[in-house]
Amino acid sequence: MAVNDYEEWKGFNDGKWSNGSCNVRDFILKNYTPYDGDESFLAPATDATKQLWEQVMDLTKQERENGGVLDMDTKIISTITSHGPGYLNKDLEKIVGFQTDKPFKRSLQPFGGIRMCETACKAYGYEVDPEVVEIFTKYRKTHNQGVFDAYTPEMRAARKYKILTGLPDAYGRGRIIGDYRRVALYGIDYLKKDKQHQKDTHFVRMTSKNIRLREELQEQLNALEELRQLGEIYGFDLSRPAKNAKEAIQWLYFGYLAAVKEQNGAAMSIGRTSTFLDIYVQRDLENGVITESEAQEMIDHFIMKLRCVKFARTPEYNSLFSGDPTWVTESIGGVNLDGQHMVTKNSFRYLHTLDNIGTAPEPNMTILWSTKLPQNFKRYCAKMSIKSSSIQYENDDMMRVTHGDDYAIACCVSSMRVGKEMQFFGARANLAKCLLYAINGGVDEIAKVQVGPKYRPVVGDYLDYDDVMDKFDQMMEWLAGLYVNTLNVIHYMHDKYSYEKLQMALHDRDVKRYFATGIAGLSVVADSLSAIKYAKVKCIRDENGVVVDFETEGDFPKYGNNDDRVDSIAVNVVHTFMDKIRKHHTYRDSVPTMSILTITSNVVYGKNTGNTPDGRKHGVPLAPGANPMHGRDSHGAVASLSSVAKLPFKDAQDGISNTFSIIPDALGKDAKVFVGDIDIDALAAEAKK
Amino acid sequence: MNGYIHSTESCGTVDGPGVRFVVFMQGCPMRCLYCHNPDTWQPNKGTVRSVESILEEYDSYKEFLQNGGITVTGGEPLMQIDFVTELFKQAKKKNIHTCLDSSGITFTPDHTEKFDELIKYTDLVMLDIKHIDNEEHKKLTSQENTNILAFAKYLSDNGITIWIRHVVVPGITDNEKYLFKLGYFIAQLKTIKALDVLPYHDMGKVKYENLGIDYPLKDTPPLDKQRAVWAKGIIIDGMKARLREN
Repeated sequence: MAVNDYEEWKGFNDGKWSNGSCNVRDFILKNYTPYDGDESFLAPATDATKQLWEQVMDLTKQERENGGVLDMDTKIISTITSHGPGYLNKDLEKIVGFQTDKPFKRSLQPFGGIRMCETACKAYGYEVDPEVVEIFTKYRKTHNQGVFDAYTPEMRAARKYKILTGLPDAYGRGRIIGDYRRVALYGIDYLKKDKQHQKDTHFVRMTSKNIRLREELQEQLNALEELRQLGEIYGFDLSRPAKNAKEAIQWLYFGYLAAVKEQNGAAMSIGRTSTFLDIYVQRDLENGVITESEAQEMIDHFIMKLRCVKFARTPEYNSLFSGDPTWVTESIGGVNLDGQHMVTKNSFRYLHTLDNIGTAPEPNMTILWSTKLPQNFKRYCAKMSIKSSSIQYENDDMMRVTHGDDYAIACCVSSMRVGKEMQFFGARANLAKCLLYAINGGVDEIAKVQVGPKYRPVVGDYLDYDDVMDKFDQMMEWLAGLYVNTLNVIHYMHDKYSYEKLQMALHDRDVKRYFATGIAGLSVVADSLSAIKYAKVKCIRDENGVVVDFETEGDFPKYGNNDDRVDSIAVNVVHTFMDKIRKHHTYRDSVPTMSILTITSNVVYGKNTGNTPDGRKHGVPLAPGANPMHGRDSHGAVASLSSVAKLPFKDAQDGISNTFSIIPDALGKDAKVFVGDIDIDALAAEAKK
Repeated sequence: MNGYIHSTESCGTVDGPGVRFVVFMQGCPMRCLYCHNPDTWQPNKGTVRSVESILEEYDSYKEFLQNGGITVTGGEPLMQIDFVTELFKQAKKKNIHTCLDSSGITFTPDHTEKFDELIKYTDLVMLDIKHIDNEEHKKLTSQENTNILAFAKYLSDNGITIWIRHVVVPGITDNEKYLFKLGYFIAQLKTIKALDVLPYHDMGKVKYENLGIDYPLKDTPPLDKQRAVWAKGIIIDGMKARLREN
């Protein structure tokens, strides 16, 4: 096979991608055009774009006025082909497709759990059709039911008392990125053929492992066929490759749309699409088929669609995530393995949507930042960040080492090779509570019931560092084991009852799976241990002898000030807990990783964590992610960042987040107020004119 | 060598070029009415630190400071000129960009030996001229400006790069005549590379409350940014007037 095989591939450079394999990375590397220039080529929003966006804004307003939801499906169960076409304005939309038959109508997705559907509907004044409830209660088991059938009492307790929180046992785990680009590049027929070949060449010895994969591969084949039908519903023939930019965007978007019709995942990220699509746009521009304005319009309409992705979720879910996020993360930029940057004009066009259709949290535009990105692009990113506060940055120089040059970010920090790696999302363990459990011998400090193992609690009035560390180590040992096993149950059941067949169809057969654990409360733990080590911490007990508060005498080093005395404690906690995670069997031989990344849920975790030895009171939010506790970093931003930067990436490979806010005036001078640079000779010349 | 240090800041973005490590020195002979660091006035207080410990701290941030350097401010850093000289000397050995943020108040035109040594290791001086008129300067800062203006000329004559800073305070320096005169004066400085016109703000107020001192400008409102833009224009006019004469 070669590029000549398909009319649609005309003008592309040949490579492994066009010779019988499915290799999007190779296609990109052989065909993309790096762009070093500035943003001056960009085109403004067209009238059609403005009109459509106004419609979206109007719907958003109606939705808000209606209490957060405009419309909900209560009867039709969402599948890839469940709905007829939906439009904003068919004549104006360059890129089409909604999750249901109309925009802003939330779909019904009961495979994760029927109770979640019922609660979500009830919260907004809707009721799931009784027949659907009956089917998913009596006849068709859900992921949620499966999990609770298998949970041990200990797992239920850890979940109830929130030392393990946010577990994806009642909702979709998400964090899987289908390689939606494959739909555009190859078309469904090619992908089905490839998938069939994967199935035909798989082991025939029927172990449970092999049977499961064979069944999954057939599910994937079915999903591809459904995706083809989804195209048909909107009048497109997805069986063949996309022949131009408009089709490439549309095909790719249909791939994504099929995924969000099938899965209400916690994070449904789109991948790394801008440079891939640029190849199509560039070809069309060079052939004189489209203008820059038309190119921008297609991108604007595509991004607009991504902004309209909605899920039916409960108010509790929304409070955990401080809003209604979908985490449609798009990864932009980065550098390839030859050292050439991967910024294209389309990288600019994506960011430019923040001007053309205003700022928005979705899609979550994430710059894969490298020191080697072109200066003009860096400057443009900075400019758009200042303007929109809507851009996320991640360290490509660090992640490239592990994941190469065709990885993307799922959710906010989880990196994975597109189509080759996926992860089992595992929420997080609250280490601040774990420390309190260590002090109280497994008794929950708020509920006052035995949740953890009944180890010996701390005795005496004052906390002794070595004693607490010894107990904390044992409690972490317990927590790590329980945590991993709980996740094993969850992912087993998710695969069984709510398998992501479409997203996995856009993966290779033999994927690498990450087992993503996470921790919360790192800075509270570090500061608490520092207080115990460097100051005197007195225990205050209630009438039953449970330590419920602490009195700290003297000062102690605090995490976030580039002070090794306490930063080393934080490093050690991360390393130790990860090592304990590694000891355990993980479902489907997945590779354990860990994240330190609570971005919004730290507020809820604070409510669930009692008084801590660092002086933090019950209810005060934990610091987000790997952040130092609010107000405790007193040596400026760089010192604070330096503390965070010490955390070992190898032990937190699923990502370390640091939420960084700064008032603009503290970042530099306002160009309008300060004269700044002055050229005395030029001034003299001007004066003498 | 040791010095009295008020504090350090790891992310200075307005104290010279790039992101800078800023050392706040303790002690100042001036009592500017709008001073926003009154906690640095008293000499011989704060933390005693060595040149080595300051540079060690700098080193721990150096990845972040690649296009920046070290800035010494205060208080008035020249009250501890020997310490600053040694710090800059050692910094230059490590190829660190050095910046002195000073009012120049301690300058002694007749005995410049110590200053001659200091400027050997100084890449940039940010000179804060509080008021161009000597009488008004006395009212504003409790000191004369004669030596300050002499320091500016001394720096220019010795080829040291200067950034001029000037705070525009309503009712004090927010005055066409003085602003023009300031421009007229600084235009003779051959090494001036930047001019920062800062609108007066009252963010220092809370420090006065904490220290239990009366805030002298409590009735003065912060300066409108637009007014600062206007002030900048007048200063430039003054500069042009002198440049036309040359």
